[in-house]
Amino acid sequence: MSRPELPGPEIRCPDLARPVLLDVQDITRLYGPGKGCEAIDFRLHAGEVLGIVGESGSGKSTLLRVLAGLEAPDAGRVVYRRPGDADETDLYAIGEARRRALLRLEWGLVHQNPRDGLRMGVSAGANVGERLMALGQRHYGQLRAAGQEWMAQVELEPARIDDVPRTFSGGMQQRLQIARTLVTRPRLVFMDEPTGGLDVSVQARLLDMLRTLVRQLGLSVVLVTHDLAVARLLAHRLLVMRRGRVVEAGLTDQILDDPQHAYTQLLVSSVLTP
Amino acid sequence: MNGYNFAYLDEQTKRMIRRALLKAVAIPGYQVPFGGREMPMPYGWGTGGMQLTASILGADDVLKVIDQGADDTTNAVSIRAFFERVAGVETTTVTTAASVIQTRHRIPETPLEPGQILVFQVPIPEPLRFIEPSEQETRLMHALEEYGVMHVKLYEDIARHGHIATTYAYPVKVAGRYVMDPSPIPKFDNPKLDMSPALLLFGAGREKRLYAIPPYTRVESLDFEDHPFEVQRWDERCALCASADSFLDEVITDDAGGRLFVCSDTDYCESRREESA
Repeated sequence: MSRPELPGPEIRCPDLARPVLLDVQDITRLYGPGKGCEAIDFRLHAGEVLGIVGESGSGKSTLLRVLAGLEAPDAGRVVYRRPGDADETDLYAIGEARRRALLRLEWGLVHQNPRDGLRMGVSAGANVGERLMALGQRHYGQLRAAGQEWMAQVELEPARIDDVPRTFSGGMQQRLQIARTLVTRPRLVFMDEPTGGLDVSVQARLLDMLRTLVRQLGLSVVLVTHDLAVARLLAHRLLVMRRGRVVEAGLTDQILDDPQHAYTQLLVSSVLTP
Repeated sequence: MNGYNFAYLDEQTKRMIRRALLKAVAIPGYQVPFGGREMPMPYGWGTGGMQLTASILGADDVLKVIDQGADDTTNAVSIRAFFERVAGVETTTVTTAASVIQTRHRIPETPLEPGQILVFQVPIPEPLRFIEPSEQETRLMHALEEYGVMHVKLYEDIARHGHIATTYAYPVKVAGRYVMDPSPIPKFDNPKLDMSPALLLFGAGREKRLYAIPPYTRVESLDFEDHPFEVQRWDERCALCASADSFLDEVITDDAGGRLFVCSDTDYCESRREESA
Protein backbone atom coordinates (compact mmCIF):
# COMPACT_ATOMS: atom_id res chain seq x y z
CA MET A 1 0.00 0.00 0.00
CA SER A 2 1.47 3.37 -0.93
CA ARG A 3 1.57 6.08 1.64
CA PRO A 4 1.37 9.75 0.65
CA GLU A 5 4.19 11.88 2.04
CA LEU A 6 3.09 13.97 5.01
CA PRO A 7 4.11 17.59 5.22
CA GLY A 8 5.86 18.10 8.52
CA PRO A 9 8.69 19.92 10.15
CA GLU A 10 11.69 18.82 8.10
CA ILE A 11 14.70 18.05 10.25
CA ARG A 12 17.59 17.51 7.85
CA CYS A 13 20.66 18.17 9.91
CA PRO A 14 20.55 17.29 13.57
CA ASP A 15 19.63 20.35 15.62
CA LEU A 16 22.06 20.14 18.49
CA ALA A 17 20.36 22.77 20.60
CA ARG A 18 16.78 21.50 20.44
CA PRO A 19 14.54 23.04 23.06
CA VAL A 20 13.51 21.02 26.10
CA LEU A 21 9.90 19.91 25.70
CA LEU A 22 9.32 17.99 28.90
CA ASP A 23 11.26 18.59 32.08
CA VAL A 24 10.72 15.84 34.63
CA GLN A 25 11.95 16.85 38.06
CA ASP A 26 12.41 14.30 40.80
CA ILE A 27 9.16 12.39 40.28
CA THR A 28 8.10 9.94 42.98
CA ARG A 29 4.92 7.88 42.95
CA LEU A 30 4.96 4.90 45.30
CA TYR A 31 2.17 2.46 46.06
CA GLY A 32 4.38 0.84 48.70
CA PRO A 33 8.12 0.56 49.38
CA GLY A 34 9.77 -0.29 46.05
CA LYS A 35 6.41 -0.37 44.25
CA GLY A 36 6.04 2.46 41.76
CA CYS A 37 8.71 4.89 40.67
CA GLU A 38 11.07 6.96 42.73
CA ALA A 39 13.26 10.05 42.18
CA ILE A 40 13.01 10.08 38.37
CA ASP A 41 14.71 13.01 36.75
CA PHE A 42 15.16 13.60 33.02
CA ARG A 43 14.55 15.99 30.16
CA LEU A 44 12.95 15.25 26.82
CA HIS A 45 13.94 17.43 23.88
CA ALA A 46 11.77 18.31 20.90
CA GLY A 47 11.87 15.63 18.21
CA GLU A 48 13.43 13.08 20.51
CA VAL A 49 12.31 9.51 21.14
CA LEU A 50 13.02 8.40 24.68
CA GLY A 51 12.75 4.72 25.55
CA ILE A 52 12.04 3.50 29.05
CA VAL A 53 13.00 -0.17 29.47
CA GLY A 54 12.93 -2.52 32.41
CA GLU A 55 11.34 -5.70 33.66
CA SER A 56 7.70 -6.12 34.69
CA GLY A 57 6.96 -4.27 37.92
CA SER A 58 9.90 -1.91 37.58
CA GLY A 59 7.66 1.16 37.58
CA LYS A 60 7.75 1.94 33.83
CA SER A 61 4.00 2.16 33.39
CA THR A 62 3.54 4.10 36.64
CA LEU A 63 6.07 6.64 35.41
CA LEU A 64 4.28 6.87 32.07
CA ARG A 65 0.91 7.43 33.80
CA VAL A 66 2.43 10.25 35.85
CA LEU A 67 4.04 11.82 32.77
CA ALA A 68 0.86 11.53 30.73
CA GLY A 69 -1.20 13.37 33.33
CA LEU A 70 -3.26 10.38 34.44
CA GLU A 71 -1.90 10.08 37.96
CA ALA A 72 -0.57 12.79 40.27
CA PRO A 73 2.93 12.12 41.67
CA ASP A 74 3.63 12.04 45.42
CA ALA A 75 6.51 14.44 44.88
CA GLY A 76 8.24 16.21 42.02
CA ARG A 77 7.08 18.21 39.00
CA VAL A 78 6.36 17.52 35.34
CA VAL A 79 7.00 20.71 33.41
CA TYR A 80 5.94 21.12 29.79
CA ARG A 81 7.49 23.84 27.63
CA ARG A 82 5.90 24.70 24.31
CA PRO A 83 8.49 25.42 21.62
CA GLY A 84 8.68 29.17 21.01
CA ASP A 85 6.78 29.94 24.20
CA ALA A 86 8.63 31.28 27.22
CA ASP A 87 5.95 30.12 29.65
CA GLU A 88 6.19 26.71 31.21
CA THR A 89 3.28 24.56 32.27
CA ASP A 90 3.51 22.57 35.48
CA LEU A 91 1.28 19.62 34.66
CA TYR A 92 -0.07 19.09 38.16
CA ALA A 93 -0.24 22.77 39.19
CA ILE A 94 -2.79 23.69 36.48
CA GLY A 95 -6.46 22.81 36.86
CA GLU A 96 -7.97 19.57 35.65
CA ALA A 97 -9.80 21.31 32.81
CA ARG A 98 -6.57 22.74 31.40
CA ARG A 99 -4.72 19.48 31.93
CA ARG A 100 -7.32 17.49 30.04
CA ALA A 101 -7.36 20.09 27.27
CA LEU A 102 -3.59 19.78 26.99
CA LEU A 103 -3.82 15.98 26.79
CA ARG A 104 -6.42 16.33 24.07
CA LEU A 105 -4.81 19.09 22.04
CA GLU A 106 -1.07 18.72 22.22
CA TRP A 107 -0.37 15.28 23.64
CA GLY A 108 -1.36 11.77 22.75
CA LEU A 109 -1.38 8.41 24.51
CA VAL A 110 -1.17 5.04 22.77
CA HIS A 111 -2.25 2.19 25.03
CA GLN A 112 -0.74 -1.26 24.99
CA ASN A 113 -4.12 -2.83 24.37
CA PRO A 114 -5.98 -1.09 21.53
CA ARG A 115 -9.24 -1.91 23.31
CA ASP A 116 -8.32 0.66 25.96
CA GLY A 117 -7.64 3.37 23.42
CA LEU A 118 -10.39 2.74 20.87
CA ARG A 119 -14.16 2.91 21.04
CA MET A 120 -14.88 -0.64 19.97
CA GLY A 121 -18.55 -0.02 19.20
CA VAL A 122 -18.20 2.81 16.70
CA SER A 123 -16.69 2.80 13.21
CA ALA A 124 -13.02 3.36 12.41
CA GLY A 125 -13.83 6.77 10.91
CA ALA A 126 -15.57 7.93 14.09
CA ASN A 127 -12.62 6.70 16.13
CA VAL A 128 -10.17 8.70 14.05
CA GLY A 129 -12.46 11.74 14.01
CA GLU A 130 -13.21 11.81 17.73
CA ARG A 131 -10.28 14.02 18.73
CA LEU A 132 -11.06 16.39 15.85
CA MET A 133 -14.69 16.61 16.99
CA ALA A 134 -13.49 17.31 20.53
CA LEU A 135 -11.52 20.21 19.08
CA GLY A 136 -14.70 21.62 17.55
CA GLN A 137 -14.49 20.25 13.99
CA ARG A 138 -18.13 20.09 12.86
CA HIS A 139 -17.94 19.29 9.16
CA TYR A 140 -18.80 15.67 8.38
CA GLY A 141 -17.14 15.66 4.95
CA GLN A 142 -13.88 17.01 6.31
CA LEU A 143 -13.93 14.58 9.25
CA ARG A 144 -14.40 11.72 6.85
CA ALA A 145 -11.63 12.91 4.56
CA ALA A 146 -9.29 13.20 7.55
CA GLY A 147 -10.29 9.70 8.63
CA GLN A 148 -9.49 8.25 5.21
CA GLU A 149 -6.22 10.15 4.96
CA TRP A 150 -5.05 8.90 8.33
CA MET A 151 -6.12 5.35 7.66
CA ALA A 152 -3.91 5.47 4.57
CA GLN A 153 -1.08 6.89 6.67
CA VAL A 154 -1.16 3.90 8.99
CA GLU A 155 -1.49 1.48 6.06
CA LEU A 156 -5.13 0.57 6.62
CA GLU A 157 -7.53 0.22 3.70
CA PRO A 158 -9.43 3.57 3.57
CA ALA A 159 -12.45 1.68 2.19
CA ARG A 160 -12.86 0.08 5.61
CA ILE A 161 -13.64 3.44 7.21
CA ASP A 162 -17.16 2.35 8.20
CA ASP A 163 -16.10 -0.97 9.73
CA VAL A 164 -16.03 -1.26 13.51
CA PRO A 165 -12.63 -1.99 15.15
CA ARG A 166 -13.96 -5.36 16.34
CA THR A 167 -13.65 -6.65 12.80
CA PHE A 168 -9.97 -5.61 12.56
CA SER A 169 -7.01 -7.80 13.47
CA GLY A 170 -4.85 -6.94 16.50
CA GLY A 171 -2.17 -5.21 14.43
CA MET A 172 -4.77 -3.23 12.49
CA GLN A 173 -6.46 -2.15 15.72
CA GLN A 174 -3.12 -0.92 17.02
CA ARG A 175 -2.52 1.03 13.81
CA LEU A 176 -6.00 2.50 14.05
CA GLN A 177 -5.25 3.61 17.60
CA ILE A 178 -2.10 5.31 16.37
CA ALA A 179 -4.05 7.09 13.61
CA ARG A 180 -6.65 8.21 16.14
CA THR A 181 -3.93 9.67 18.35
CA LEU A 182 -1.90 11.36 15.62
CA VAL A 183 -4.82 12.91 13.72
CA THR A 184 -4.61 16.11 15.76
CA ARG A 185 -0.85 16.30 15.10
CA PRO A 186 0.24 16.21 18.75
CA ARG A 187 3.73 17.39 19.73
CA LEU A 188 4.30 14.73 22.33
CA VAL A 189 3.12 11.13 22.28
CA PHE A 190 3.32 8.56 25.06
CA MET A 191 3.36 4.92 24.02
CA ASP A 192 2.92 2.02 26.40
CA GLU A 193 4.26 -1.16 24.78
CA PRO A 194 2.79 -0.30 21.36
CA THR A 195 3.89 -3.63 19.90
CA GLY A 196 3.01 -5.85 22.86
CA GLY A 197 0.86 -8.83 21.97
CA LEU A 198 1.55 -8.68 18.22
CA ASP A 199 3.35 -11.37 16.28
CA VAL A 200 6.83 -10.54 15.00
CA SER A 201 6.06 -9.83 11.34
CA VAL A 202 3.16 -7.53 12.26
CA GLN A 203 5.41 -5.96 14.87
CA ALA A 204 8.11 -5.27 12.29
CA ARG A 205 5.66 -3.51 9.95
CA LEU A 206 4.23 -1.46 12.80
CA LEU A 207 7.68 -0.41 13.96
CA ASP A 208 8.68 0.56 10.46
CA MET A 209 5.54 2.66 10.11
CA LEU A 210 6.01 4.28 13.51
CA ARG A 211 9.59 5.21 12.71
CA THR A 212 8.52 6.87 9.46
CA LEU A 213 5.68 8.79 11.10
CA VAL A 214 7.85 9.96 13.98
CA ARG A 215 10.41 11.31 11.54
CA GLN A 216 7.88 12.91 9.17
CA LEU A 217 5.86 14.62 11.88
CA GLY A 218 8.84 15.52 14.06
CA LEU A 219 7.14 13.89 17.04
CA SER A 220 8.62 13.65 20.48
CA VAL A 221 7.87 10.27 21.98
CA VAL A 222 8.17 8.65 25.38
CA LEU A 223 8.13 4.93 24.69
CA VAL A 224 7.71 2.34 27.41
CA THR A 225 8.74 -1.17 26.43
CA HIS A 226 10.28 -4.32 27.80
CA ASP A 227 11.46 -5.28 24.33
CA LEU A 228 15.02 -4.09 23.74
CA ALA A 229 14.74 -4.65 20.00
CA VAL A 230 11.85 -2.18 19.84
CA ALA A 231 13.85 0.29 21.88
CA ARG A 232 16.88 -0.13 19.61
CA LEU A 233 14.79 0.53 16.51
CA LEU A 234 12.85 3.57 17.72
CA ALA A 235 14.54 5.26 20.67
CA HIS A 236 17.32 7.78 20.54
CA ARG A 237 17.91 7.62 24.27
CA LEU A 238 17.16 5.01 26.92
CA LEU A 239 16.36 4.97 30.60
CA VAL A 240 16.81 1.58 32.25
CA MET A 241 14.54 1.12 35.26
CA ARG A 242 14.67 -1.39 38.05
CA ARG A 243 12.64 -1.45 41.27
CA GLY A 244 11.25 1.99 40.61
CA ARG A 245 14.57 3.72 40.02
CA VAL A 246 16.57 4.65 36.93
CA VAL A 247 19.73 2.56 37.07
CA GLU A 248 21.25 3.69 33.79
CA ALA A 249 20.57 6.39 31.21
CA GLY A 250 22.21 7.30 27.93
CA LEU A 251 22.17 6.94 24.16
CA THR A 252 20.44 3.77 23.00
CA ASP A 253 23.38 2.27 21.13
CA GLN A 254 25.75 3.13 23.92
CA ILE A 255 23.59 1.39 26.53
CA LEU A 256 22.80 -1.67 24.47
CA ASP A 257 26.34 -2.17 23.16
CA ASP A 258 28.21 -1.28 26.32
CA PRO A 259 25.96 -1.69 29.35
CA GLN A 260 27.58 -0.49 32.58
CA HIS A 261 25.13 -1.40 35.31
CA ALA A 262 24.91 -5.05 36.34
CA TYR A 263 21.16 -5.13 35.75
CA THR A 264 21.47 -3.62 32.27
CA GLN A 265 24.11 -6.21 31.45
CA LEU A 266 21.71 -8.94 32.56
CA LEU A 267 18.88 -7.40 30.52
CA VAL A 268 20.98 -7.13 27.35
CA SER A 269 22.35 -10.65 27.70
CA SER A 270 18.85 -12.08 28.21
CA VAL A 271 17.69 -11.14 24.69
CA LEU A 272 16.93 -14.22 22.64
CA THR A 273 18.39 -14.46 19.15
CA PRO A 274 17.02 -17.08 16.79
CA MET B 1 -58.69 14.09 51.11
CA ASN B 2 -58.89 10.28 51.42
CA GLY B 3 -56.19 10.25 54.12
CA TYR B 4 -53.51 11.52 51.74
CA ASN B 5 -51.57 14.74 52.06
CA PHE B 6 -52.39 17.19 49.24
CA ALA B 7 -50.88 15.78 45.99
CA TYR B 8 -49.76 12.51 47.63
CA LEU B 9 -46.20 13.51 48.70
CA ASP B 10 -45.56 14.86 52.20
CA GLU B 11 -44.67 18.54 52.58
CA GLN B 12 -40.98 17.93 53.40
CA THR B 13 -40.50 15.91 50.21
CA LYS B 14 -42.23 18.53 48.11
CA ARG B 15 -40.04 21.23 49.66
CA MET B 16 -36.91 19.18 48.88
CA ILE B 17 -37.97 18.74 45.25
CA ARG B 18 -38.84 22.44 44.94
CA ARG B 19 -35.36 23.35 46.20
CA ALA B 20 -33.82 21.05 43.59
CA LEU B 21 -36.08 22.62 40.95
CA LEU B 22 -34.90 26.12 41.88
CA LYS B 23 -31.32 24.96 41.39
CA ALA B 24 -32.23 23.34 38.06
CA VAL B 25 -33.85 26.55 36.82
CA ALA B 26 -30.81 28.55 37.93
CA ILE B 27 -28.47 26.26 35.92
CA PRO B 28 -30.37 25.45 32.71
CA GLY B 29 -29.75 21.90 31.49
CA TYR B 30 -27.80 20.81 34.58
CA GLN B 31 -28.95 17.52 36.13
CA VAL B 32 -29.75 18.04 39.81
CA PRO B 33 -29.94 14.92 41.99
CA PHE B 34 -32.96 14.67 44.29
CA GLY B 35 -34.21 12.20 46.86
CA GLY B 36 -36.68 10.31 44.71
CA ARG B 37 -39.60 8.71 46.56
CA GLU B 38 -41.48 5.55 45.78
CA MET B 39 -44.64 6.29 43.87
CA PRO B 40 -47.61 3.92 43.65
CA MET B 41 -46.60 2.70 40.19
CA PRO B 42 -43.51 1.13 38.59
CA TYR B 43 -40.41 2.98 37.43
CA GLY B 44 -40.63 3.78 33.76
CA TRP B 45 -44.28 4.81 33.95
CA GLY B 46 -43.53 8.41 34.80
CA THR B 47 -42.64 8.43 38.51
CA GLY B 48 -40.12 11.26 37.97
CA GLY B 49 -42.62 13.47 36.20
CA MET B 50 -45.30 12.68 38.81
CA GLN B 51 -43.06 13.72 41.72
CA LEU B 52 -42.33 17.04 39.99
CA THR B 53 -46.01 17.59 39.22
CA ALA B 54 -46.93 16.77 42.83
CA SER B 55 -44.38 19.29 44.12
CA ILE B 56 -45.47 22.23 41.97
CA LEU B 57 -49.22 21.60 41.98
CA GLY B 58 -51.39 24.16 43.82
CA ALA B 59 -55.08 23.87 44.69
CA ASP B 60 -56.09 26.27 41.88
CA ASP B 61 -53.96 24.65 39.15
CA VAL B 62 -55.53 22.99 36.12
CA LEU B 63 -53.77 19.77 35.13
CA LYS B 64 -53.48 18.11 31.73
CA VAL B 65 -51.67 14.80 31.23
CA ILE B 66 -50.63 13.49 27.83
CA ASP B 67 -48.90 10.33 26.69
CA GLN B 68 -47.49 10.30 23.12
CA GLY B 69 -49.59 13.42 22.55
CA ALA B 70 -52.88 11.70 23.47
CA ASP B 71 -55.10 12.45 26.48
CA ASP B 72 -56.88 9.11 26.34
CA THR B 73 -54.08 6.54 26.68
CA THR B 74 -53.64 4.37 29.79
CA ASN B 75 -50.71 6.30 31.24
CA ALA B 76 -52.36 9.69 30.75
CA VAL B 77 -55.76 8.59 32.06
CA SER B 78 -54.40 6.93 35.19
CA ILE B 79 -52.03 9.78 36.14
CA ARG B 80 -54.83 12.29 35.59
CA ALA B 81 -57.19 10.22 37.76
CA PHE B 82 -54.46 9.90 40.39
CA PHE B 83 -54.08 13.66 40.82
CA GLU B 84 -57.84 14.19 40.69
CA ARG B 85 -58.08 11.85 43.66
CA VAL B 86 -55.10 12.83 45.80
CA ALA B 87 -55.01 16.57 45.03
CA GLY B 88 -58.57 17.27 44.00
CA VAL B 89 -57.36 19.66 41.30
CA GLU B 90 -59.31 20.48 38.19
CA THR B 91 -58.17 18.52 35.13
CA THR B 92 -58.59 19.24 31.47
CA THR B 93 -57.61 17.97 28.05
CA VAL B 94 -57.47 21.46 26.52
CA THR B 95 -53.89 22.63 26.16
CA THR B 96 -54.69 26.34 26.46
CA ALA B 97 -56.76 25.81 29.63
CA ALA B 98 -54.06 23.93 31.54
CA SER B 99 -51.56 25.57 33.88
CA VAL B 100 -49.52 22.38 34.42
CA ILE B 101 -49.10 19.77 31.67
CA GLN B 102 -47.37 16.47 32.43
CA THR B 103 -46.20 14.82 29.24
CA ARG B 104 -44.58 11.69 27.97
CA HIS B 105 -42.82 11.79 24.55
CA ARG B 106 -44.49 14.90 23.07
CA ILE B 107 -44.81 18.67 23.32
CA PRO B 108 -48.34 19.88 22.45
CA GLU B 109 -48.82 21.32 18.95
CA THR B 110 -50.69 24.33 20.30
CA PRO B 111 -48.00 26.89 21.20
CA LEU B 112 -47.48 27.15 24.96
CA GLU B 113 -48.03 30.43 26.75
CA PRO B 114 -46.13 32.29 29.46
CA GLY B 115 -47.09 30.96 32.88
CA GLN B 116 -47.68 27.39 31.73
CA ILE B 117 -45.43 24.62 33.05
CA LEU B 118 -44.60 21.50 31.04
CA VAL B 119 -43.36 18.49 33.06
CA PHE B 120 -41.54 15.77 31.10
CA GLN B 121 -41.17 12.13 32.14
CA VAL B 122 -37.55 11.10 31.50
CA PRO B 123 -36.29 7.49 31.40
CA ILE B 124 -32.52 8.15 31.01
CA PRO B 125 -31.48 11.72 31.79
CA GLU B 126 -27.80 11.35 30.83
CA PRO B 127 -27.22 12.13 27.12
CA LEU B 128 -23.63 10.83 27.33
CA ARG B 129 -24.67 7.48 28.82
CA PHE B 130 -24.58 5.44 25.60
CA ILE B 131 -21.04 6.56 24.86
CA GLU B 132 -19.57 6.73 28.35
CA PRO B 133 -20.92 4.16 30.83
CA SER B 134 -19.18 5.64 33.88
CA GLU B 135 -21.28 8.13 35.86
CA GLN B 136 -18.16 9.66 37.41
CA GLU B 137 -16.70 10.26 33.95
CA THR B 138 -19.91 11.73 32.48
CA ARG B 139 -20.19 14.20 35.36
CA LEU B 140 -16.60 15.26 34.77
CA MET B 141 -17.33 15.63 31.06
CA HIS B 142 -20.30 17.91 31.86
CA ALA B 143 -18.22 19.92 34.33
CA LEU B 144 -15.39 20.43 31.83
CA GLU B 145 -17.72 20.86 28.84
CA GLU B 146 -16.13 17.94 26.98
CA TYR B 147 -18.89 17.26 24.51
CA GLY B 148 -16.89 16.08 21.49
CA VAL B 149 -18.16 12.53 21.92
CA MET B 150 -21.79 13.61 21.35
CA HIS B 151 -20.83 14.21 17.74
CA VAL B 152 -19.27 10.74 17.53
CA LYS B 153 -22.80 9.35 17.86
CA LEU B 154 -24.14 11.64 15.14
CA TYR B 155 -21.12 10.81 12.93
CA GLU B 156 -21.94 7.11 13.30
CA ASP B 157 -25.51 7.81 12.23
CA ILE B 158 -24.41 9.51 9.02
CA ALA B 159 -21.76 6.86 8.32
CA ARG B 160 -24.32 4.08 8.64
CA HIS B 161 -27.49 5.63 7.27
CA GLY B 162 -26.33 8.58 5.16
CA HIS B 163 -28.20 11.03 7.36
CA ILE B 164 -28.65 11.69 11.09
CA ALA B 165 -30.95 8.81 11.94
CA THR B 166 -31.58 9.80 15.57
CA THR B 167 -35.28 10.65 15.53
CA TYR B 168 -36.12 10.97 19.21
CA ALA B 169 -34.20 12.00 22.37
CA TYR B 170 -32.14 14.16 20.03
CA PRO B 171 -29.39 15.84 22.09
CA VAL B 172 -29.56 19.60 22.58
CA LYS B 173 -27.27 22.26 24.02
CA VAL B 174 -29.02 24.51 26.53
CA ALA B 175 -28.04 28.18 26.89
CA GLY B 176 -24.73 27.45 25.14
CA ARG B 177 -23.47 25.34 28.05
CA TYR B 178 -24.96 21.98 29.06
CA VAL B 179 -25.73 19.19 26.61
CA MET B 180 -29.08 17.75 27.62
CA ASP B 181 -31.34 14.83 26.73
CA PRO B 182 -34.74 16.38 25.96
CA SER B 183 -36.45 13.08 27.01
CA PRO B 184 -37.71 10.81 24.21
CA ILE B 185 -39.67 13.49 22.37
CA PRO B 186 -39.44 13.23 18.57
CA LYS B 187 -36.88 15.61 17.11
CA PHE B 188 -39.91 17.22 15.46
CA ASP B 189 -40.52 18.85 18.87
CA ASN B 190 -36.92 20.04 19.43
CA PRO B 191 -37.50 23.48 17.82
CA LYS B 192 -40.35 24.05 20.30
CA LEU B 193 -37.84 23.89 23.17
CA ASP B 194 -35.98 26.89 21.81
CA MET B 195 -37.09 30.21 23.38
CA SER B 196 -40.19 28.53 24.80
CA PRO B 197 -42.35 30.98 26.79
CA ALA B 198 -43.34 28.14 29.15
CA LEU B 199 -41.19 26.68 31.93
CA LEU B 200 -39.97 23.18 31.00
CA LEU B 201 -39.18 20.73 33.81
CA PHE B 202 -37.74 17.23 33.40
CA GLY B 203 -37.92 14.49 36.04
CA ALA B 204 -36.28 11.04 35.98
CA GLY B 205 -37.64 8.85 38.79
CA ARG B 206 -35.41 5.83 38.53
CA GLU B 207 -32.20 7.87 38.09
CA LYS B 208 -33.41 10.46 40.65
CA ARG B 209 -32.35 13.45 38.56
CA LEU B 210 -34.25 16.52 37.51
CA TYR B 211 -33.38 19.38 35.18
CA ALA B 212 -35.07 22.40 33.67
CA ILE B 213 -35.18 24.87 30.80
CA PRO B 214 -36.36 28.27 32.05
CA PRO B 215 -38.63 30.33 29.77
CA TYR B 216 -36.96 32.06 26.83
CA THR B 217 -33.76 30.01 26.89
CA ARG B 218 -31.76 29.25 23.78
CA VAL B 219 -31.83 25.53 22.96
CA GLU B 220 -29.82 24.29 19.96
CA SER B 221 -29.96 20.79 18.50
CA LEU B 222 -26.48 19.38 17.81
CA ASP B 223 -25.58 18.83 14.15
CA PHE B 224 -22.84 19.00 11.53
CA GLU B 225 -22.20 21.96 9.22
CA ASP B 226 -22.82 19.84 6.13
CA HIS B 227 -25.62 17.80 7.75
CA PRO B 228 -27.77 20.41 9.49
CA PHE B 229 -30.52 19.50 11.97
CA GLU B 230 -33.83 18.68 10.29
CA VAL B 231 -37.22 17.60 11.59
CA GLN B 232 -39.45 14.85 10.24
CA ARG B 233 -41.74 15.65 7.27
CA TRP B 234 -44.77 13.81 5.97
CA ASP B 235 -46.21 13.70 2.46
CA GLU B 236 -49.64 13.01 3.93
CA ARG B 237 -52.00 15.23 5.89
CA CYS B 238 -53.90 14.22 9.02
CA ALA B 239 -56.80 12.01 7.89
CA LEU B 240 -59.10 13.54 10.51
CA CYS B 241 -58.30 17.27 10.65
CA ALA B 242 -56.20 17.69 7.46
CA SER B 243 -53.39 19.37 9.35
CA ALA B 244 -50.20 19.53 7.31
CA ASP B 245 -47.85 20.73 10.03
CA SER B 246 -48.39 18.47 13.02
CA PHE B 247 -46.62 15.27 14.10
CA LEU B 248 -48.44 12.33 12.50
CA ASP B 249 -48.89 8.75 13.72
CA GLU B 250 -49.34 5.99 11.18
CA VAL B 251 -52.36 3.84 12.04
CA ILE B 252 -52.90 0.42 10.46
CA THR B 253 -56.63 0.07 9.80
CA ASP B 254 -56.99 -3.46 8.39
CA ASP B 255 -54.88 -6.45 7.32
CA ALA B 256 -55.02 -5.50 3.63
CA GLY B 257 -52.51 -2.68 3.71
CA GLY B 258 -55.00 -0.03 4.74
CA ARG B 259 -53.45 2.77 6.77
CA LEU B 260 -53.98 6.37 7.63
CA PHE B 261 -52.01 9.15 9.24
CA VAL B 262 -53.48 11.04 12.18
CA CYS B 263 -52.24 13.76 14.53
CA SER B 264 -50.53 12.35 17.59
CA ASP B 265 -51.79 15.36 19.59
CA THR B 266 -55.49 14.45 20.13
CA ASP B 267 -56.48 17.80 21.64
CA TYR B 268 -55.01 19.72 18.69
CA CYS B 269 -56.74 17.42 16.23
CA GLU B 270 -60.14 17.69 17.96
CA SER B 271 -59.99 21.48 18.26
CA ARG B 272 -59.23 21.75 14.53
CA ARG B 273 -62.14 19.50 13.68
CA GLU B 274 -64.49 21.55 15.88
CA GLU B 275 -63.33 24.76 14.20
CA SER B 276 -64.00 23.44 10.71
CA ALA B 277 -67.31 21.87 11.69
